[in-house]
Amino acid sequence: MSDIAAGRLSGEELAENFSDIHPPLDAMSAHIEASRCYFCYDAPCMEACPTGIDIPNFIRKISTDNVRGSAIDILEENIMGGACARVCPTEVLCEGACVRTAQEGKPVTIGALQRFATDWLMEKGEQPFARAAATGKRVAIIGAGPAGLSAAHRLSQLGHDCEVFEALPKSGGLNEYGIADYKVVDNFAQKEVDFILGLGGITVNHGKKLGQELALGTIRNDFDAVFIGSGLGGVQALALEGESIDGVFNAVDYIANLRQTADKATLPIGRRVVIIGGGSTAIDIAVKSKRLGAEDVTIVYRRGAEAMSATDVEQKFAQTNGVKIKHWMQPVGIVSDNGAVSAVEFEYTKQGPDGKLIGSGEKTTLEADMLFKAIGQIFVPDPVFGTAAQLELKNGKIAVDDSYATSLEGVYAGGDCIDGNVGLTVAAVQDGKKAALAINDYLAKK
Amino acid sequence: MADLSYNFAGIKSPNPFWLASAPPTDKEYNVVRAFEAGWGGVVWKTLGEDPPVVNVSSRYGAVQLNGQRMMGFSNIELITDRPLDVNLEEIARVKKNWPDRAVVVSLMVPCEEEPWKRILRKVEDTGADGVELNFGCPHGMSERGMGSAVGQVPEYVEMVTRWCKEHSDMPVIVKLTPNITDIRTAARAAVKGGADAVSLINTINSIVTVDLDQMAPTPVVDGKGAHAGYCGPAVKPIALNMVAEIARDPECQNIPVSGIGGIANWRDGAEFMALGCGSVQVCTAAMHYGFRIVDDMITGLSNWMDEKGYRTIDDFRSMAVPNVANWNELNMNYDIKARINQDSCIKCGICHIACEDTSHQAITAGRVNGARHYEVVDKECVGCNLCMLACPVDDCITMERVDKGKPYMNWNEDPRNPFSTAAE
Repeated sequence: MSDIAAGRLSGEELAENFSDIHPPLDAMSAHIEASRCYFCYDAPCMEACPTGIDIPNFIRKISTDNVRGSAIDILEENIMGGACARVCPTEVLCEGACVRTAQEGKPVTIGALQRFATDWLMEKGEQPFARAAATGKRVAIIGAGPAGLSAAHRLSQLGHDCEVFEALPKSGGLNEYGIADYKVVDNFAQKEVDFILGLGGITVNHGKKLGQELALGTIRNDFDAVFIGSGLGGVQALALEGESIDGVFNAVDYIANLRQTADKATLPIGRRVVIIGGGSTAIDIAVKSKRLGAEDVTIVYRRGAEAMSATDVEQKFAQTNGVKIKHWMQPVGIVSDNGAVSAVEFEYTKQGPDGKLIGSGEKTTLEADMLFKAIGQIFVPDPVFGTAAQLELKNGKIAVDDSYATSLEGVYAGGDCIDGNVGLTVAAVQDGKKAALAINDYLAKK
Repeated sequence: MADLSYNFAGIKSPNPFWLASAPPTDKEYNVVRAFEAGWGGVVWKTLGEDPPVVNVSSRYGAVQLNGQRMMGFSNIELITDRPLDVNLEEIARVKKNWPDRAVVVSLMVPCEEEPWKRILRKVEDTGADGVELNFGCPHGMSERGMGSAVGQVPEYVEMVTRWCKEHSDMPVIVKLTPNITDIRTAARAAVKGGADAVSLINTINSIVTVDLDQMAPTPVVDGKGAHAGYCGPAVKPIALNMVAEIARDPECQNIPVSGIGGIANWRDGAEFMALGCGSVQVCTAAMHYGFRIVDDMITGLSNWMDEKGYRTIDDFRSMAVPNVANWNELNMNYDIKARINQDSCIKCGICHIACEDTSHQAITAGRVNGARHYEVVDKECVGCNLCMLACPVDDCITMERVDKGKPYMNWNEDPRNPFSTAAE
């Protein structure tokens, strides 16, 4: 019998498990940490930051108590600097590039310092940016996630009015529906949305999904330009028989539901949980399963640790949380009992001479009450095609040029839905910002 | 094992580390704790005439640097605020109970012979090893014609020193104020007056910070602040130079010097000794961390002396003095160039930007296979050391001597000097 149950842990245990995993720096710690920065010339951290924040400068400003100046430096380049400070895999970005990593294996904790500065400003309740004189131009933004809100904020600053269309009831995209609770506590995603909208000139319409309530053709007619930041709508399938039986879940759906559930004790979780995948989503669902009270949680990945898209730090975080990670195994069958999953059958894999993955023929079975699929999300083009206009795709996502222009005139795109995006919040924010600048140029010429 | 004991102008102590005349030596309780921790001696906080002075509340200020507390430290405290008899009684008891430690008593009374005569007799009765004349205190007492008000007038220094030598058999140490143009003038006056030794530096006139909310210098006393005596690690370079000036001045006649100023560890102490000091005095570091820092001072100095083969303090004392030269005695043919160890370089670019913005444009910034690469341009490099000093990695940038085989030539001999005395 499958063992899936809610309320495995007490309310207190759950509250502890879903509290901030990296508590904020206090002023003194921030000063000490800021003093570790060498104020490098041509700083490697800056180059490693997708949004190009002047990191040495914002850190120096923390060390001199010019925290307002510091926060503005950050937010000017990255309006979601607060979220990125919490969720960026800094170990492979700024902190990985920090010269102190090379020197002593211990980078300046840039993410924590960025959070210190941006929290300071947001807690003041100040809106540090102003809008330029109104241009009379109107831009439609599809999706109120990091890419869309970043584009909207920059366009509004430049004097354009923005109308945002969002399918879900809340803004924030994956910051609201995807990022682990313990990284963005205290309703931070909504506070950040409020901060961004506080600039003015941006209206968000919820329950508006492209291809359903919205048609791209109509929007193009109604607005001077369009930005699509709709993210990824679907998840990869395992292509196994029994994928839709009870106990088999999409990790992203489960996580979205978990984020929106105030009382975590109501969430059913299996005693034995198996996760298939090797990215951040696999890590997140595994750790959350454990923190909801699952007894045995195993991530199974078809290649070695170094090939996982989850960083070293993420893998270790999962392991510290009691998650087991098994490598070189691929799922070949789902075993069911009374219509529900009871085990997953795996085949051991190895790398063939051409680098391709091959099955070894040897098999093993892992008992499971719950199976999570976390093998990646895919762009669902259909809604966008709900119009006569054709958006060109590349590698299954929206094709854009260097200025984020799609194949349709006046239609720009950025974030997870475009080809080449690496799937990070910080990259989506950068896409939105740069696309906004391109749209501004386009509108000036129009 | 090195022998750290020292006989400083007739004052013996088991090691050269003394606590300077200051709050840590104001009473028996503190001094006993210091001796228990291992300090070789103390200079008891300055005694004056009764009635005792009264101190204000809010007495210390500090310079913090990059999270490091008390890089510089200041005070507006006066001399001891306890009755003379209480101090004298405690001094006598401490000396009796700790006969192997140096107990020197700091003194400051009005600039008249009688008060000096009176107090010297009383101090002598305690069995103390010597006296130190406080001619340095720059605040509070100086406005009353004492402390640095005396120390800044060489004639007064000489006169008071002479009185003290006449009215006492104890060794007399004259403590010098740095708040003058040339430290040698005061030191020579002390020598002329018959001083057995000098000690320096006392604190430097300072305003350590301005409180931008109260718009007043710190330490702030009810909205106002006075200039304060500056000490701590930040003043060590100033103290070292003044010590060296005296050590190499023929008129100072190799007078024993007790070094004071920012000494916090054995290495600081050894540097003062290399410039001639026979004992060193500590205050700020003890006020920051407590008395147990002396353990590192004693063992660190001992280990270093063993490593170098020095058996006694005198084996290395003053060894650096002959190498303190005037600028025009330096070798103009000496030539060094910066060398960057590319393997230990962490690519911070600080050497480049420091040289590029503020010096000689002698370090290029480029990329080699995408990686940052900083390279010295020999023909632009003047060997100034800036890059080496700014580089955060020890020994990553070194200075290499490149003047192969050129003879010594000082500025007086240099043909580029319009007043050169070099033979044509």
